[in-house]
Formats: sequence, C-alpha cells, structure tokens
Amino acid sequence: MRYIDEFRDPELIARASEEIDRLSDRSRHYRIMEVCGGHTHAIYRFGLKDILPENIELIHGPGCPVCVLPMGRIDDGLAIAREPNRIFTAFGDMMRVPGATGSPLEHKARGTDVRIVYSPADALEIAKRNPDKEVMFFAIGFETTAPSTALTLMSAKKQGIQNFSVFCNHVTIVPAIRAILDSPDMRLDGFIGPGHVSTVIGCRPYEWIARNEGKPVVTSGFEPLDLLQSIVMLLRQLQAGEAKVENQYKRVVPWEGNCAALKVMAEVFELRPYFEWRGLGFISQSALRIRDTYAPWDAERRYSVPETRVADPKSAQCGEVLKGVLKPAQCKLFGEECTPEHPIGALMVSSEGSCAAFYNYEHRKSLVTTISAVA
Amino acid sequence: MRFKDPQIEMSHGAGGKASRRLVEGLFAPLLLSGSSDRLADAANVEIGGATVAFTADSFVVRPLRFPGGSIGELAVNGTVNDLAVSGAKAHSMVVTFVLEEGLASSVLEAEVCAMSAALKRAGITMVGGDTKVVERGKADGMYITTAGLGSPIPGVHIDARTVRAGDKVLLSGPIGDHGITILLARAELDLEADLCSDTRSVLPMIEAMAAQAAPGIRWMRDPTRGGLATCLNELARDCGLSVELNEEEIPMRDQVRGACELLGLDPLHIANEGQFVAIVSPEFADIALNTVQLNDGGEEARIIGQIRAEPAGAVVVNTRYGGARIVDMLVGDPLPRIC
Repeated sequence: MRYIDEFRDPELIARASEEIDRLSDRSRHYRIMEVCGGHTHAIYRFGLKDILPENIELIHGPGCPVCVLPMGRIDDGLAIAREPNRIFTAFGDMMRVPGATGSPLEHKARGTDVRIVYSPADALEIAKRNPDKEVMFFAIGFETTAPSTALTLMSAKKQGIQNFSVFCNHVTIVPAIRAILDSPDMRLDGFIGPGHVSTVIGCRPYEWIARNEGKPVVTSGFEPLDLLQSIVMLLRQLQAGEAKVENQYKRVVPWEGNCAALKVMAEVFELRPYFEWRGLGFISQSALRIRDTYAPWDAERRYSVPETRVADPKSAQCGEVLKGVLKPAQCKLFGEECTPEHPIGALMVSSEGSCAAFYNYEHRKSLVTTISAVA
Repeated sequence: MRFKDPQIEMSHGAGGKASRRLVEGLFAPLLLSGSSDRLADAANVEIGGATVAFTADSFVVRPLRFPGGSIGELAVNGTVNDLAVSGAKAHSMVVTFVLEEGLASSVLEAEVCAMSAALKRAGITMVGGDTKVVERGKADGMYITTAGLGSPIPGVHIDARTVRAGDKVLLSGPIGDHGITILLARAELDLEADLCSDTRSVLPMIEAMAAQAAPGIRWMRDPTRGGLATCLNELARDCGLSVELNEEEIPMRDQVRGACELLGLDPLHIANEGQFVAIVSPEFADIALNTVQLNDGGEEARIIGQIRAEPAGAVVVNTRYGGARIVDMLVGDPLPRIC
C-alpha cells in the first residue's frame, strides 16, 4: 500500500536500527520523550522497543487528548446531554472514557442519546437532520482536531443552525511540554516532536525547547521508519552536542504550519486563562475556548454546567506516568485494579494512552521475561 | 466468576471480553449442564446412541443488505459454519423471525430468497420455524435466529486440550472483509471502498481438509465477532499454551488494511463471516493447507503461525521488523479513533 509499505520496509528498518546502534554511546543512557500518544501507540504496535538498544529509553509524553482530560469535564458534558431531546456526539476515542457517573457508552445504555462521529461536521449534519433535538459535540484534541471544530462552528453560524453547540475541551501542546520540562524530577535528552499537531502549528513553536532548554526536537511521522529515523536524527544532534528543531515528517508537516487552519482557529477560539489537565494540574493558557462571537454555539454558555471536580483515586499515579516519571507498570494499580476493561485512569482507556498501549502490547510479554529472568 | 456488570451494554454482544464474562458468569453456570466442556460454537449431544452437533445463532445486522450478502444469507451460513468448525456437517435447520411492524414485504421476501439459495448451496433442509412481530421502532427491520443440527464429520475430533506446542495455525483466507464492509455500508463514516463481505459456508473447505488431514485437525473456529485475535485468545486460554502469529503471513486485502489504518482499528479484531482458523498438527499441516487452497474461497489460505509453550495463555504477533507484540481479545466494540 502506497505511503505505508515504504515506511515499513523491513530492510530499511534494519538499516535504521543498525545506524541507531552505531550512533548510540554505550556508556550513556538516553531518555527520549515521544510527546504524541499516536507515537506511543505506534512504538508498541510495531514492537519498536524490541529493536532499539537497551540504553535508549522512550518516555511516553502527554500528547493523548483523551488521557489529559479531567474526569469532571466528561461528567459535565454528560450531565448536559442527559436532559430530554439532546444528542451527545463525540469521537470514538471518548466513548469508553469513564467519568465519575460512567462513560458515554454507559450513559447510552441508560438512555442518553450518544452517537459516535468521525468528524464534527457529522455532528452538525445530525443537528440538521434532527431539528427538534439539540445536538452537542464534545470536542477533544490538540491543535490537530481544533481546526475542524472551528470550521464546523463557522459553518453552523453561517447556516444559522440553532440546535447545535460545542462543548470545547481543545488543548494546546506547547504549554504541556513546558510543564513537563518544569517538572523537577524529569531528565530528558530530547523530544520526538508531535506529528499531527505540527501539521497545523508547524515546527517554530518548539524552537524555545532547543534554544532555552538545550534539548533537540525532531518532528516525526508515525510509521516505524519515521520513528527510527527521528531517533537517528536525535542521536546525531546529541553526538554533535547540538540542540535544534528538525523536521523528519516533511512529507506532511510544513515548517510554518498550516496558515489556513491557524486562521480559522484564531477566528473561533481564544486562549483560556487556565485549564485543568489530568495528572498535570492547572496550566495557564493551555486550552482553547469559544470566542464571544460564537457564544450561541458554546455549550458552556448555552447550558448550565455543573462544573464537576473529580479527584483521581489517590492510589492511581496517572500524573507521574503522564509526565514520564513512572513507567505504566510501576503504578500500583496497573494491570490489577486498572485494566483496559475496567480503566481507573484515562491512560488505560485510549489505545494511545501509555498504560493501555503497554498493557495491550507489552505487559504479558514483559511478565514472561521477568519470570524467565528470575528463573 | 459471577457476572457483576450492572447493565447490558453493546460490548456484551461484541464477542470480546464482555461477551465472555456474560456467558461464563451468568449463562453457563445457571443454564448449561454440569459438564465442564469448553464453550464451543456447537455442542455434541448423544441421542439414542448417535452423536449430533447442535447450535443456534441470532443475526442482527444493519444494514440488512450489504455488498456481498445480506442478513438472510448470513443466518444460514453462520449456523452451517458454527457446526462445521465444531467438526459437524449441517443436516437440518429451524428458523425464527422477529419482524418489525412496517417492514416492507419485498424486503422480507428478498431475505427469504437469500436464505433459500444459501440452504440449497449448503445442501441442507429447513424443517420448521416461528414468526413474531414487534411494534415499529422495537427492532431494526428484522432479526433472524437459526438453529442447526449436524452429524459428525468422520475422523474429526475438536478439542483445545489436544493442541500441542509445534502445531500450525492455518487460516483459510483474508481477514476483515465482512466487518469493514458492514462498517462502510452503514455510510456513517463517509468512506468508500471496493469490498465485499466474505459470507460463505466454510463447510466444503473443512470437509475437503478433513478428508485428507482429519487426524491432524485439533481445533477450529470461525473468527466472527471479535475477529481472529479474540478466538485465538480463547484458544490460548483453553489450551494453556501460546499462539504465535507471523504478521506478514496474515492475508489481508489492501482495502481492509487501508480502512483499519485510517480508522485506528486492528484488523485482528474485525469480524469475518466466511473464514475459519484451524490448529493442525505439523505432519498434516502441508496437506491440510494444500487441500484448503484448492477449494472455492480457500485460494489465499496460509499457515500464519504456530503454537508455542510460552508465554502461556497469550497471543503474540511477530512484526515484520523483528519486534513482537501481544494481541489481546477485543474489549468492547471496535471504535474508530481520530488522533
């Protein structure tokens, strides 16, 4: 298949992994963070950890939109949707994420009209087809998905569709990276930069990481060869003692980003003064809200929002895992109380969450290795 | 373990972990006879000294017709296949229809014709049935349940406990055609692909394989809901061994791969309606494979892996690049992802 098989070519992958072997300094331990949940998923799915040298450690970053959403936001969204004649729409990613009152799918079983959409435009279509119902789109995602929400709101306004609104949970990636770097217990050598987010914001927003923090950043694609090549590029910089932003994902990511997408985002959204991130706490100017000019389509203004605050269970260590301080399996709940079927933390729900990825693709394999190592 | 889920959700019908919890935690302990038989696709029952295989299956699918088939055809093939992978040849069938008030008679007739054609192809007879009608809005057009009786295919003995390390995993053809066809036919995703459901009776392939390799066939299953990953996880659990798959050997059409890449789905979790997977002892693996390949629908059959002792109870997929990953059962329904 074009654009896929080329980037999964076993021979090229073997060569990239040899190059990584050659470039890595045996006496050194490298800690590289992949920011994006999509990268985490790909790393496990393709078994890339098995082909990297042991002294290269990949730390899973905060770039999974479902994982960083505070539980209370889900409860708020579902509380609005529970009222008669309302339809709750969201991406499939959200459907199994538990709030304190249950996940969207559990609410569906109890009678709330919950529908999966693949695009916010589909949610607007549902609103047009159901003029007697109020349709709310529960928007999640970084800058990757924010432009499509913005375009949908512009289209709703233009068409004068009154029975549609957006419950906006869009967040921005750079403040999250800053929060990670500010964390005192964090030591990183470099970043595999976000891929899809960068298609919108470009590579410039990461320049401070290289300049001020002295850490190299390589924006990367999601195929095995993309990730390995990005690691090669990072190792080359580290070997040369450099720190700059490089773009491995040139076939998709323009250095300056996507101006049209940034423009529609600016038209519809403004920064929130602060927003709560699950595991990371309140981060200033880290999320988007809908501008006054689109107030009639803003679910937070249209409906009364309970503003539920739900503390994560004390025993769950999602924050530490999210920041890369702990590995999934080091959390006390991992694999016992918290599993993909009965997730306690959001990192276990989304297949991009590092806990779910680790559980699905690695967990039992590593158990076996541990057992045989002991034996 | 007792079934403790507070309410029934869609995942309880999706064929994965939740379905298994429901069957093992509620249905089996209260309804099934005391024997600790593993839960198979069909049960073997002794009547007057003769063994018959017995199974039932309900069909709920939206849309009722889709590229490559329809609910009526599925209802016949599904029951024939459940019997076939249990080592039995379907003999006769009964059917019940639950029809929704307002269903167009032409739609019903088309499905009855589809069933009749599938019965003829499979060489079995329908011997009875029942009909109920529910109010408009209480059913998705129609639901069909079929129950089938079959007689054992000579020499075939299916039992997960006979599976041994070194046995081969034989898959009859490309995976995911049915599940992806249905997903696209619902037209909710605005995606199109030139793809058909694989619904067919797998009995001819299995009969042919049994004629050549019956003593080597240890276990079979048709990977319907929950896909290949789910049924192989059940096998791994039931036999206490590991199923090792080689990713590059698993046949799959580009359309299925493309849709799965796009939607963030794992093709190993996608439903099939015209494939079977068999565990065959190594000395019979080649002849079994060659025979299946000579049959309609089996042209792309492959040996996709083998049984290993460790890691016990798990399914491991070797990626093309020398890495490996664990593949679990499906949790809930397969949901498309965005990011």
